Amino acid sequence: MADKTKDIKKKESDIIDRVEHTRATQVYTPDVDIIERQDSIVVTADMPGVDENTVDITLEKNVLTLYGKVDADLPEKLRLLHAEYGIGDYKRVFTLSGEIDRDKIHATVKNGVLKVLLPKAEAVKTRKIEVKAEA
Amino acid sequence: MLWTEGLGTFGRGIDPWTQLQRIENEMNRVLSRYASPSTSEFPAVNIWANGDIAVVTTEIPGIESEKIDISIAGKTLVIRGSREPENIEEGEAYHRRERWYGQFAKSVELPFQISPEKIEAKFSKGVLTVKLPRAEADKPKKITVKSA
Repeated sequence: MADKTKDIKKKESDIIDRVEHTRATQVYTPDVDIIERQDSIVVTADMPGVDENTVDITLEKNVLTLYGKVDADLPEKLRLLHAEYGIGDYKRVFTLSGEIDRDKIHATVKNGVLKVLLPKAEAVKTRKIEVKAEA
Repeated sequence: MLWTEGLGTFGRGIDPWTQLQRIENEMNRVLSRYASPSTSEFPAVNIWANGDIAVVTTEIPGIESEKIDISIAGKTLVIRGSREPENIEEGEAYHRRERWYGQFAKSVELPFQISPEKIEAKFSKGVLTVKLPRAEADKPKKITVKSA
């Protein structure tokens, strides 16, 4: 197994919102894995500091938005001596193709990892075309 | 005469060697603040401290808490762990693969000696928080001045 843990840094989100946030917080782009399975597409995103109550998934038309709000639990009465990472919210936006069954999208969060299951629509799964003999 | 005396005092004040030494000291002081107390490897850590306790936090999502290994030797804290990549079966494919996987070992240099038996570690929502109280023996001692 090759190590892929070097040079991993949190990336600041470069999504240009024409709308400002009311919360003055930094927004980061979470790293994601997207796997296409036989009957679904699975999106896995690293969002440390996020739990099931602070993650927001919206699907509007074809745009899937993942937003994780982080309430930083900073140690009190202590001074930050050394900082290698910043704390802030997470945002990632994907355009979906039309083949997703929107009503069956399912999401879970565990240990700061968000997993979104996007099932493929029935019509896409069974695309078997019968060939008939010409009369 | 008054004016030469005045110049003499002023002249001592701008002695170039003293000035250079002062600048060098100042530069060292400023630069030392950027010297990293940790190795620059993954995962990134934040270190908080006051005179009695140091708190180290790091973001390592997707790991089970029992698989995180924390050890301390002197003033050096070492955090070890690993994360497996997602399993891919026949007929499945990655569209994107950005998340880290593999083993990591991170050592962090703490500002003081620690009481190893009093270390507390908490792992919540993918964020590890290690509380390291300063060793009693390492704390500064107050010396009372007696009047004779």
